[in-house]
Amino acid sequence: MEKNGTPVERLEITFKHPMPYEWSIGRYGSRFFQEIREKRRFIGIRCDGCGSVYVPPRRVCGPCFRELTELVPLSDTGVLTAFSVVNYPFIDPATGELRPIPYTYGYIRLDGADNIFSHLINEKDWHKIKVGMRVRAVFKNPEEMEGNIQDIKYFDLLP
Amino acid sequence: MGKAAIVGVAQTKYERRKKDQIFADLVFDVTREALADAGMTIDDIESVVTVSNDFFDGRTISGMAVGDACGGQDKNISTVSGDGTFGAFYGLMRVLSGFRTTLVVAHYKGSEGSVPVTTNGMFDPLFHRLLGVDAVSSAALQANVYMNRHGVTEEEIAAVSVKNHGNALNNPYAQVPLRITVADVMASRKIADPLKLLDCCPVSDGAAAVIIADEETAKRGGRRPAWVKGVAHCCEDYLLGDRDLADPAALRAAAAKAYAMAGIEDPLSEIDVMEVLEPFSYMEPLWLEGLGVCRPGEGASLVERGVTTMDGRLPVNPSGGALSANPILVAGLARLVEAVLQVRGEAGARQIKGAKTALAHGFNGPCGQSHCVWIVGAEG
Repeated sequence: MEKNGTPVERLEITFKHPMPYEWSIGRYGSRFFQEIREKRRFIGIRCDGCGSVYVPPRRVCGPCFRELTELVPLSDTGVLTAFSVVNYPFIDPATGELRPIPYTYGYIRLDGADNIFSHLINEKDWHKIKVGMRVRAVFKNPEEMEGNIQDIKYFDLLP
Repeated sequence: MGKAAIVGVAQTKYERRKKDQIFADLVFDVTREALADAGMTIDDIESVVTVSNDFFDGRTISGMAVGDACGGQDKNISTVSGDGTFGAFYGLMRVLSGFRTTLVVAHYKGSEGSVPVTTNGMFDPLFHRLLGVDAVSSAALQANVYMNRHGVTEEEIAAVSVKNHGNALNNPYAQVPLRITVADVMASRKIADPLKLLDCCPVSDGAAAVIIADEETAKRGGRRPAWVKGVAHCCEDYLLGDRDLADPAALRAAAAKAYAMAGIEDPLSEIDVMEVLEPFSYMEPLWLEGLGVCRPGEGASLVERGVTTMDGRLPVNPSGGALSANPILVAGLARLVEAVLQVRGEAGARQIKGAKTALAHGFNGPCGQSHCVWIVGAEG
């Protein structure tokens, strides 16, 4: 590009400070985390149109476009429907710190729910994990809970 | 639908890092090249659609930053924050609503942000982001669901990577042309089970542009129009857990609408070449199932059966696809650019001989939440 003289070194500028956000968790999301803290179980919501139970609970059923109001208590167990053992580093978006690898990301159909919930699985050896295994949530102690998804530590594979 | 055509195309070479150009420079370059390709000047452009994303660019309302570079001064300019095929869809709508021409330009510099962070940013901050899910780990889950559903092997998926990286050897714009074997893919580093390094797209910088024109403008002397025969997009649920990840329902719906518009009943015999957006190797067969090329579960054997190879009945991704360069947002528009070049007979060493009808596909959102299907043809 330079028509005269020697080429110019290409420079960079780096921004490291994060852009902070404070998201409202809303009516049903807040209730979901309160249910975990107080009863150590999940809570979903049923659509009176199609009968589907969604977890976490939300206000709208997408396919029916109906408002949902009927909260449904669920247990702390479910079935693993898919998983991946992840081998590249993950930056915790809340803290900016690297979390240890590998970790296992799981796709879980909670008992009594029709959609799929996702969380971490407490097993890193993919040979020991099979789709269809039963799993149970392991929660933090109530005094450690912060009202977010990390109040669930992970899911244990059940024998 | 009224008639419209794509009359100009351009793309940059895709590279890991373009240090010489800021993203407005990329937009400036492809805008001028698309104008030259169309035999137009900036004064011939009546409306502009830019394609960009704020998290990717690190700038709020990122489209505002490229208005001058795409000749948007004193013009009707708007932005699509999504894949470039959707930007082109909006551009087509503008032409059909009365603008004689619309320039659509997409840019992306994966080198300037952190792809795990920006793609983690696609997900819900209340229930998902803190778990670390991003473009790669969500794709790994989808691969797991798809492969379990149909008994697809890792070797079958690896064959897509071998084919597309090999095709990229013929594409001067590709970033990662490779002469590799299935064994090489299988031996590459595990990224997120079952995906290995060579099952995954690279991080890329680049830009692409198309100019869409109404019938009268497209027919003016000297132009080489690729006529829009059919186009549609459809969307499904945002949350991955609300979708069947092995069944691309939105793609099936979009394809059905685009085929109906184009009068296509059997895509396998009526379409000469396809360019589909496959940043991960398993996506190509899954999307081909959604596009009705074969039945669910049969997509994975298409490479081995020689259907989708360069000399096959329906070559898929002669360019090397997104596995060989994945500037996000641009990558879908690049599929459309490639489809246009194919029906113009100007795709160089990657040309499919006698291609008259081509399909281009792009998608938005994790694991293909919404899909856009374009069918372009040499004849109006």
